[in-house]
Amino acid sequence: MSTPISSFGREAAAAIARSKNEPAWLVAWREEAGQLATELNLPKPEKLPLTRWTLDQYGANRPGQTVASAADLPAPIAALLPEEKNGALIVQHNSSVIFTQLPEELKAQGVILTSLEDAARNHEELFRKHFMTAYTKDEHKLAAVHAALWNGGVFLYVPKNVEIAAPIQALLFADDAEATFMPHVLVVADTHSRVTFVEQVASTLGETSSTLLHNSAVEVFAKAGATVQYAAVHQLDDSAIDIAYRRAILDNDARIEWIVGDLHNGNAITDTKSVLKGNGSTSDSKIISIGTGKQRMSLTTQAVHFGLSTESDMITRAVMKEEATAIINGVTKIEKGATKSNGQQTERVLMLSPKARGDANPILLIDEDDVKAGHAASVGQVNAEQIYYLMSRGISRSEAERLIIHGFLDPVVSEIPLEGLREQLHRILERKLG
Amino acid sequence: MSTQFEIQGLKSSIEGKEILKGIDLKIGGGEVHAIMGPNGTGKSTLASALMGHPKYEVTDGSVTLNGEDVLEMGVDERARAGLFLAMQYPSEITGVTNADFLRSAINARREEGNEISLIKFVRQMEGKMKELEMNPEFMHRYLNEGFSGGEKKRNEILQMMMLDPKLVILDEIDSGLDIDALRIVAEGVNAMRAEDRGFLIITHYQRLLNYITPDFVHVMMQGRIVKSGGPELAQRLEAEGYDWVKEELGIVDETVGQA
Repeated sequence: MSTPISSFGREAAAAIARSKNEPAWLVAWREEAGQLATELNLPKPEKLPLTRWTLDQYGANRPGQTVASAADLPAPIAALLPEEKNGALIVQHNSSVIFTQLPEELKAQGVILTSLEDAARNHEELFRKHFMTAYTKDEHKLAAVHAALWNGGVFLYVPKNVEIAAPIQALLFADDAEATFMPHVLVVADTHSRVTFVEQVASTLGETSSTLLHNSAVEVFAKAGATVQYAAVHQLDDSAIDIAYRRAILDNDARIEWIVGDLHNGNAITDTKSVLKGNGSTSDSKIISIGTGKQRMSLTTQAVHFGLSTESDMITRAVMKEEATAIINGVTKIEKGATKSNGQQTERVLMLSPKARGDANPILLIDEDDVKAGHAASVGQVNAEQIYYLMSRGISRSEAERLIIHGFLDPVVSEIPLEGLREQLHRILERKLG
Repeated sequence: MSTQFEIQGLKSSIEGKEILKGIDLKIGGGEVHAIMGPNGTGKSTLASALMGHPKYEVTDGSVTLNGEDVLEMGVDERARAGLFLAMQYPSEITGVTNADFLRSAINARREEGNEISLIKFVRQMEGKMKELEMNPEFMHRYLNEGFSGGEKKRNEILQMMMLDPKLVILDEIDSGLDIDALRIVAEGVNAMRAEDRGFLIITHYQRLLNYITPDFVHVMMQGRIVKSGGPELAQRLEAEGYDWVKEELGIVDETVGQA
């Protein structure tokens, strides 16, 4: 078994790629990224210095054991899956994908669901046309490290005019803090297709002195008239760091719906961005988060409008407990020429402790006159009038608070498109809200 | 046991300003009392102080429900003891459905392990909503969120019907209601009149009392009950206004605690 690396660059990136028998062009590409990783700086999230974060433990290549059927999945993984396991499902365990299942009827329609490593070999054209074009390897050091070391991963291709009703599920799971765990999800929804993708990131690391760096990325390409609903729930051990850069590129009349529970227990940087390139494209983002302990989080949503008559709506709601810190940024950018566009955003933070911190930073950057844009932000405590109202019906103070706090997050929870995951989410909320 | 609700010498202030200057009132089971008076005379303060709103400090007096000291109780305990206040401005609560809220309120009155069954609850709620001519979809809407003024008031009456209280206080339940809604709300209240339940209806219009006939009518001015009588008092107030009361009692400014 290889040992974890902490110093790394061009050669290290290439060595890992070669050891996995990756195509020469990909080895070269990873080499470039490895080089960039030694040159670029870390990103600088607003008001949240990363200087004391352990971001240089990249782990070792520790592939999981592939299994032939869903019934053979390791128990901790099976426990995270819904009862009904016949649908489309892909599972990454530590550094590799161990299971992929795609119903025959979807295969027959030309749907591709496979590990991203496999896609690089067998669907080279689609891969090279899209992979890390929305999130590029030269954005910053974390992007370059991700580009050099990404492993396992998910590739989903939905052909033209294909509409998939049942959600496609990905479970990305780590139980080894010394493993390289850097999945990349690439979704290409061809013209007028429709798909719901549900991603769950979880870990059971136990006691460890290592820092698992979940340096992940999601890229969604919605071609003309396509609709992609992307739901994600992240919940890793508090010793891990969760990095999630999510990007969607929307062509004419395409639509993305982000439904995200950033519910990690440790430090996190997430950045969920829609690029409304095509005319008439729309984006709807809903993010919830709960801060506990001493965790520090930077949660950003972004919408960039290029096309005419494009519409974006972004909502982030966070509940902050104990000594947790969250910096919540919303960036709506309307470029010159994106006339008749409409960009709206709301950030709301509920503070449950005097030592917690929650900053809401709405930013509107408007370079076009004939547009609508709006923002609302609030940081506050549980409303005393609401508590009084519920108590006046006989409900105890603690139950009243519970109802109000859960209610605060419900606009996202109720939209999670998979019942099993919704229940899972309720359990996470109960645990985090205590 | 017939309900006995008794207020004695109740004084209450908000932010150090005394609003209630000594209220005495007894309400027995089966009785409907109306408190009338112009704006700013302390009527709503009385309702809030009885329910235990945190902004209203009770500085003197006592309140008992069937011999139990109400002022010693927290807001939720008062409700579980049988007090119900239909509020003038009910809160809107995002993410909490009307049904989940009401079920929590009912279960708060029941022992753990003896919660109301979902089916029984839904049947009950549907039945009462029908009586109040409420759209069934309001069951799953977030509590009061986006409800019109009239819908909020009906929702208050729905809660009253579901929670089966001993002493009901209606604070300006008629404000913002059109004539049809007023009739429906009044029918809801009348259907709840019972030997073991008392009502305290706060209003500044007599029109509600055309639908709900009170047994006693009290006029409030300057934070006190200044005149009491039967239903005929309400009719005279409707016909002649409040000036004759002020004249009779030598009151120039009837308000209390106004800046």
